Amino acid sequence: MKFDPFIIPFNIGLYFILIYVVSRSVIWFRDLSRPDKLRLQRGFFGIAFGLSLKEIFMESLIHRKIFKTNIRLGYMHMSLAFGWFLLILFGTIEADIFSAKHLNAPYKAIFFRFFNPDHGRMGFEAAYGFLMDLILAFILSGLLVAVLKRFYSKIVGMKKTTRLKMSDRIALTSLWLIFPSRLLAESFTCGAYGTGSFLTGSLGAWFATFLPAQQMAYPFWWLYSISLGTFFVLLPITRYMHIPTELFLIFMRNSGIKTGDKTGTYSEVQTYSCSSCGICIDACQLNFSAGITNIQSAYLMKAIRNNDDVSEIADNCLMCGRCDQKCPVGIELSPIRMIQRRAGEAENDFRNIYKGYFRSRQPIISEKAIGSSNYSFLHETDPEKADILYFAGCMTHLTPTIKNSMIKILDASGVKYNFIDEQGGVCCGRPLMLAGQDKEARELINYNSQMIWKSGAHTLITSCPICYKVFKESYYLDVEVLHHTQFIKMLIDEGSVKLNFLRNKVVYHSPCDLGRGSGVYDEPKEVLNHVSRLQKSNFEDGNSLCCGGSLANMKISSQKKKKIALEAAIELTKDNPDILATACPLCKKTFSAVTETRVADISEIVAEALIEKPVKKNNISNVKSIRELANI
Amino acid sequence: MSKHVIVIGGGVAGLEVAGQLSKVGIEVSLIEKESKTGGHLNNWYKLFPDRRNSSEVKEYLNGITANNGINLMTDTTIEKFNRSRSCFSITTNGGKELIADAIVVATGFDLFKSARKEEYGYGIYDNVITSADLEEMFRKGEIVLTDGSVPESIGIIHCVGSRDEKVGNYYCSKLCCVTAVKQAIELREHLPESKVFCYYMDMRMGGAFYEELYREAQEKWGVNFIRGKVSEASETIEKKLMVKVEDTLAGRPLKMNLDMLVLMAGMEMSAGGEKVAGMSGLKTGENRFFAAADNHFGSNKSNIEGIFYAGTCTAPMNITETISHARAAFTEVMEWLRNGKR
Repeated sequence: MKFDPFIIPFNIGLYFILIYVVSRSVIWFRDLSRPDKLRLQRGFFGIAFGLSLKEIFMESLIHRKIFKTNIRLGYMHMSLAFGWFLLILFGTIEADIFSAKHLNAPYKAIFFRFFNPDHGRMGFEAAYGFLMDLILAFILSGLLVAVLKRFYSKIVGMKKTTRLKMSDRIALTSLWLIFPSRLLAESFTCGAYGTGSFLTGSLGAWFATFLPAQQMAYPFWWLYSISLGTFFVLLPITRYMHIPTELFLIFMRNSGIKTGDKTGTYSEVQTYSCSSCGICIDACQLNFSAGITNIQSAYLMKAIRNNDDVSEIADNCLMCGRCDQKCPVGIELSPIRMIQRRAGEAENDFRNIYKGYFRSRQPIISEKAIGSSNYSFLHETDPEKADILYFAGCMTHLTPTIKNSMIKILDASGVKYNFIDEQGGVCCGRPLMLAGQDKEARELINYNSQMIWKSGAHTLITSCPICYKVFKESYYLDVEVLHHTQFIKMLIDEGSVKLNFLRNKVVYHSPCDLGRGSGVYDEPKEVLNHVSRLQKSNFEDGNSLCCGGSLANMKISSQKKKKIALEAAIELTKDNPDILATACPLCKKTFSAVTETRVADISEIVAEALIEKPVKKNNISNVKSIRELANI
Repeated sequence: MSKHVIVIGGGVAGLEVAGQLSKVGIEVSLIEKESKTGGHLNNWYKLFPDRRNSSEVKEYLNGITANNGINLMTDTTIEKFNRSRSCFSITTNGGKELIADAIVVATGFDLFKSARKEEYGYGIYDNVITSADLEEMFRKGEIVLTDGSVPESIGIIHCVGSRDEKVGNYYCSKLCCVTAVKQAIELREHLPESKVFCYYMDMRMGGAFYEELYREAQEKWGVNFIRGKVSEASETIEKKLMVKVEDTLAGRPLKMNLDMLVLMAGMEMSAGGEKVAGMSGLKTGENRFFAAADNHFGSNKSNIEGIFYAGTCTAPMNITETISHARAAFTEVMEWLRNGKR
């Protein structure tokens, strides 16, 4: 038998999706910026290609990262992805070895048993048949988990699963039908001919005892073909587009392409790579503390794909970065959200063309203009020349204990410094940035940059992680930026300050912008270890919680913020520490309002531990030493 | 058989309701957590709006509670609360069990803890005090800085812990404005050489004769009113206090050096009240005060039959309103004892 009409739906679907993916890739490549095109070309002939193949195997097929987070969920994803891959691979080999000629059309492999019903009676053929049955059983076991998850998400240890739109539902149904229909089609054929291995063979033999297997097989081969065809045709407008897109994402990421601050190919590829696995939903404190369940990154990605108005979703986020940390696909979720914030509600006149198959991109400018800002009342200042600047930041001025502690520590260390915003400074610009107002933020950044530049300093110390992050990332200054915890660590290592051991039990809360946002995890804990008994919590480093006080969320009510703070504080103070220590004035303020435990910034604890009168007057003015120490 | 009513809280409301009940021959137990009755009134020097001495009101309250056999229990708190049908039983910290036919909750308010607004520097800088601290200075007749000198410029910050989303208090405590006006006048009276500045969001002069007092403060006493919320206070090298505030009428930011800063702490649900709510199942509102059964015609009734509210445990009130509210509670209790109770 060479051909049967039932393969037509499959063939249409397959060639459609192949042509679609190729043309989509051409469009994506065309839309890349010139430097990114070069990166991609270099990556293709360089190490990035090899790395990508490895990562594609580990992540797209095995789903290693999902396994790490959740074994059952990982098994589900792996059995479907890796199993299907094996089925295609070994099916093609089977068709190649056992057919009359080599290099067959794909349908010959997919519907191998239909065209070779007599195959697999003995020897190597039977052994191969056993392998194919094993793979099918592997996939079906994963499918069973998937079906159960859809109706009862706790089965895979997930509290929430993503909600679906109509096309997703149809695609999901066809996906679910593919493998059972293959099982039944093969079983009936095998039953009729007395072939097949442990699964298809036994099932077929059993069916044959009470059903006309020969007649039953044909409709199921049709169903198998139709499910495959439907799935392929719907793929581009459903979340299953992540299957081909993730390959591009991995290759682009390995080639060194970054999200940037505008929509482009990379942000779009990332958006389509989201499989809606729902791990971000479980990681989100807005979900598990505040009961807000419609704004998580999976929903943002979905809404962007659907060309919905996303401003409500984009603005309702603490920007704590917990989902970035947990995303198994490695999508840069926060930068994508920031792009949407910049877009605001202004640009929504874009349309679905070709019913979503080719999406016209939302033209997002990198600077949102809301009226015109006017910072002309800020007068130019001439700061005193100093090597080291201390910039407390607005939030530190609102928590004067931190400010006073830092002054005490700075004075005790003997370092010559200039307290640059002692009389009140200008905002670092990050709150405006988080609100998507980059242009206004840039004005403030320029003002502060000028002041810092004029002072001639080589080191800038700040007490606020919010300032720290923006100084590090968005100020183009030849200045070493240190958070005060890093600076204190340096002083301790140098012996510039001598500290008592306080014997307090302390638990450390890592602030979002300092920890996940800037990668400063160790110095604060080392300082605390030096002066107190540091306790472990269940939420350390990348998994640390947000205090809920974040400036980034412009939609949440204060009651819900408070709930987040309260639950985080309860988690952190489980082992009854004397002090809940943090390294951020905003975290301190937020936690102080919800817990009876004393909340203190690390600088306060260090200032208390300080042995007055330094042993030796130390004068750090050596540029090199500071830089070297800061790089520890 | 005579009826027994427990009044929780021996402040203005508790004393008034206990006095009224005992006058008509009802057996009353008055539970007070402090060693003496009077509540916040004890801390006041003179009262707004007529600036009479607070002791006059205290005398009145002592008068109506004397000689009627009120079972006064000071230094007493409630540890257990039980209800069977329409009888209530309360166990005190001394282990004593009281059975009552009705309960009047008059747990009052707590002043907002000003240290929670760390940016104003209470507990951090010398010479940042609260309105309650200033009242005490007036009673002692000595308004001095921590170094013993006399303040020349004094700032008064309104709305500390009121109408402040950041601390979770949306509501207006409504009496801090007039307290500020009263205290500003008294400051000028005590220290004629001083300058007094009030930083306000709105002047809420809703009570009888409040507006007149506000006018007097401006015309007679030359108190400066600046519309704008203070963002933060800090200490200068000369140990003066510098406040940053935006004068929203002039439309410009201001920095002012002051000798003393007075924080007009708002009113919050009392800790004792929250404890009672936790034990009894009485409902509280979004502002954390006790929620009355009806805002218009049931402000003394609770969600539990036989338990009534009196005074500031339901909302901020001045003394006049508190006494009226307590008398209303008395009529509700009487109605309940006569007709409502099964």
